[in-house]
Amino acid sequence: MRRFLSFRDFDWTLLVMVLALCTLSVFEIYSATLHTKYVGFHTKQLFFIAGGLAAMLLFSKIDYHRLLDWVPWAYGIGLLALVAVRLVGHRVLGAKRWISVGPVHFQPSEWVKLILILIVARYFANLGGHSLTWREILRAFAMVGLPMALVLIQPDLGTALTYTPILVAGLFLGGINLRQALVLSVCGTALIVGVWSSGKILKPYQKARLTSFINPDNDPKGTGYQIKQSLIAVGSGGIWGKGAAKGTQTQGDFLPIPHADFIFAAFGEEHGFVGAVFVLLLYFFILMRLIQNAQTAADLSGSLIIMGVVAVLTFQIAVNVGMVIGFMPVTGIPLPLMSYGGSSVLFTFLALGVAMNVRMRRFVN
Amino acid sequence: MYFGSGSRGEKLSTLKLTVVQYGILFMMLALAAGLWRLQVLRVDDYRMQAEQNRVRKVPVMAGRGKLFDRENRLIVDNYPSVSCRLVREQNRNVDDDLPLIARGLNLDLEQLRSTLRRYRARPVYEPIPIKQDISADEQAFIEAHRNELPELETIDEERRLYPRDGFAAHLIGYVGEVSEEDLNQTRYAAYEPGDVVGKAGVEETYDEVLRGQDGSRDVVVDSHGREVGYLGIQHAIPGQDLKLTIDIDIQRTAELALGDANGAVVVMDPRNGEILALVSHPSYDPNAFAVRINRNDWNQLIENPNHPLMNKAIQDQLAPGSTFKIIMSAAGLQEGVAQDMHVNCVGGGTFYGRFFHCDKHHGVLNISQAIPLSCDTFFYTLAQKLGIDTIAQYATSFGIGQKTGIDLPDEKAGVMPSTQWEMKNYHQKYYAGNTISVGIGQGETQVTPLQLARALGGIASGGHFVRPHLVDPVANKLSPEFQQGIKDSFPGSGDKSVPLNPDTWMIITDGMAAATTTGTAAASHLEGIDFAGKTGTAQVVGGGDTHTKGGAKTPNSWFVGMAPRRNPEIVVAVLQEHGDWGSLSAHIAAQIVTAYVNKKRMADHNLRDKAALDKPVEVGAVWTEPAPADHHRHGASGGDSVLHAGHFMVAPAPLAAAKSLASSHPLLPGWLLSMPLRFKEEQP
Repeated sequence: MRRFLSFRDFDWTLLVMVLALCTLSVFEIYSATLHTKYVGFHTKQLFFIAGGLAAMLLFSKIDYHRLLDWVPWAYGIGLLALVAVRLVGHRVLGAKRWISVGPVHFQPSEWVKLILILIVARYFANLGGHSLTWREILRAFAMVGLPMALVLIQPDLGTALTYTPILVAGLFLGGINLRQALVLSVCGTALIVGVWSSGKILKPYQKARLTSFINPDNDPKGTGYQIKQSLIAVGSGGIWGKGAAKGTQTQGDFLPIPHADFIFAAFGEEHGFVGAVFVLLLYFFILMRLIQNAQTAADLSGSLIIMGVVAVLTFQIAVNVGMVIGFMPVTGIPLPLMSYGGSSVLFTFLALGVAMNVRMRRFVN
Repeated sequence: MYFGSGSRGEKLSTLKLTVVQYGILFMMLALAAGLWRLQVLRVDDYRMQAEQNRVRKVPVMAGRGKLFDRENRLIVDNYPSVSCRLVREQNRNVDDDLPLIARGLNLDLEQLRSTLRRYRARPVYEPIPIKQDISADEQAFIEAHRNELPELETIDEERRLYPRDGFAAHLIGYVGEVSEEDLNQTRYAAYEPGDVVGKAGVEETYDEVLRGQDGSRDVVVDSHGREVGYLGIQHAIPGQDLKLTIDIDIQRTAELALGDANGAVVVMDPRNGEILALVSHPSYDPNAFAVRINRNDWNQLIENPNHPLMNKAIQDQLAPGSTFKIIMSAAGLQEGVAQDMHVNCVGGGTFYGRFFHCDKHHGVLNISQAIPLSCDTFFYTLAQKLGIDTIAQYATSFGIGQKTGIDLPDEKAGVMPSTQWEMKNYHQKYYAGNTISVGIGQGETQVTPLQLARALGGIASGGHFVRPHLVDPVANKLSPEFQQGIKDSFPGSGDKSVPLNPDTWMIITDGMAAATTTGTAAASHLEGIDFAGKTGTAQVVGGGDTHTKGGAKTPNSWFVGMAPRRNPEIVVAVLQEHGDWGSLSAHIAAQIVTAYVNKKRMADHNLRDKAALDKPVEVGAVWTEPAPADHHRHGASGGDSVLHAGHFMVAPAPLAAAKSLASSHPLLPGWLLSMPLRFKEEQP
């Protein structure tokens, strides 16, 4: 029954927009690392992008229904990998996130993100879009909550948080009703307040980090300083920016990690409001294009997969840009397609590959 | 293949997807609004913060003007030095770093803390000076800890280099960091913490001229405070060099002649008030103040009973003793009382029912004999005839009891008693018997060495009194406003003319000349020089007739001498506290006058040598050795060994030559002695 899939069905519009962002990313990484020990990272980023593109093509070849068949196995392996990280992982900057298999180091938590998108899509597609029972909702919670807990204890709050939009999108699109949604919101709020005020689960320095975006003086040496410098960078960029490689905050090493988590601040400083809004527009069109693809998908599972990708990307953009402009705490979530980093680039391209996959098979059946 | 139940045909509801789309749109708009707020609405604020982040103003210190003597020989120089300052603007709590800083810069931790506390009230952007003149090791420490201690910065400055052994210390003064209390005064409004200001002597009076104007450099730094470039520079305007009226040769002679005695020497040109030398002993090392003086050294200076910080030439107020008899003579002669007065001295006399002593039985004498012999009985009688108010009137017109107006800070006025003064200060009638003591310069009368030099020099100049000064405003091209400012800041009797009758002038000057020939200072007679003067042996309160030199009850020894006797070119006042007989001070004055006359004669005589004298002379050895050898730009190590015999190291050649010349010089013809003319005009 397999029909020949032409690359004409490939989403070229989406790919062009994605590559446009990647190009901006490479240039900004070049500019931001010019005078630092990270000089030359833009070339590495190019390799990551090339690798990402290859993986994307590979993934678009495999029918997403087969991926959904395999995903329970992958889920199991993912959980094992997370446990393995706990046992044999490398400690980097106080957190165990990395695992080595031969010469390859990877972060299982990034892969688990993709696995979760697929398994949540599979789960809710199987439920068929009917009203959900509480039992079904709780199973969904357990499905996402288990790996999330494992990532939280690494500890990697940022990545763990990116799992939540997958669950939220699944529940929202999978058929939760208003009453259930309200009850869950209330419970969630109560849980957050409880955790915050219990004084046991979050250490004072963690609380300071999380609130420093409201008042940078809460954590003046750490995240407060970072947020302050980020605001100065973005604000001083003005409408047109200071010009490529001319941002004083970026070049003077005032802005923290300007090639990774704070790349949007570096871009905003050097290319101003115009440049920053241009990037936001690109993201907006990419997301809209993905949602359109979700609408035209052949079946519910395909739509849910794409919407999972949309949820994760939207969440990351909101949190990262929000952090840069002082709306959100510093959580270490990279900006997809812009921030330097192999795992992040690879995940994003794989996720987009799966979305492509769904689009290419929209006329099947 | 995957075939879940109900997966076919099921679609996501379009409504929900639309909700998601609007949600994303809303999020994007919120982010764009955030960007708009930062990049458009608050752009100026953030631009300024970005500038403050990366641009730091680093001061460029103006070099302080150097001081030269009247022959353009360098007295006070500068040398390059590095200071360390602490910048509080950094985003960090400095307190934790203090132990490390104290260790690295060899500072006392408590002292460092108290320095920081003192500056707590100052604005945060003002750097705190924590150590001056840091060593190469300390500089290396700061360089090596750029990352851990970004709050430390170093600046290059020029530091004062004063002559060593306290040479001319009192007239030069010293510089120091402006104090916190000073900063709150309007006078110091333009100063910043760490600024160096003159705190005494010429350094204080002429601070405005000497200090110049600091410039600044806008330095671009990265987040570690490392300098990565600079935007602009505002050059420092160096301070103006000043040429003093001091003659190093005379100053040196005066310091050597006074030796270890506590006291003062003033050498002045009574024609124009130029101070040629001003000595106060004991002295101190002004270099100790140039870098912050440590508490121990300061306490020692303060507690020393001989008051090394006091400039005795202008601040020591003592009874003038017999030197006052010149003022008495002038008053008596001007009043027409003294000319025909004959007094029989029988070792004293009885006045107002009390017997007043004289040193000797002088027999019958007139004023021409009384001055050189310093007969007390004669002047007791004169004082009784004149009365206290006439004496006070003349003495005051000659400047006794008033500041002279010299351009040095904290001059003292002295005291001249009178009935009015008595009433004002003690609310009682003046006891006429006290007049007798006043007549011989005892009693309540108090003068400074400078006042005496001006008064006696003025009387010998026929009543032409001058304002003493160390800086010639015309030669130094000082602005009229500044000149006026100096006059207003240092009020005093200044330039003044009190015409004296010719016979007053003749009798007194001849009397003083006789004093150094046959009178009380005969031992200091100078062959070939028209040297005149008056001794003073002033008894101290509670002191009897004890004559152990330096004892607490021993009289103060005074001498005021001049040459030539009429219209002198040079007047010398010498004070030795508890120095016993005035004739001992006459000996010091004689040496100074000899040095002056010999130098002048040689210069006027030998035009070829005169040309050599006008050239600036290298006087390297005058300075204290600065710590590192590379600072020693004037390093005349050869000169050191040659000159070390004496106390002070001043260009020796012309003077030494003059001395050897003088010893073998044929005596000048005798007629020169009696000629009241200037040396210059005497030269054939």
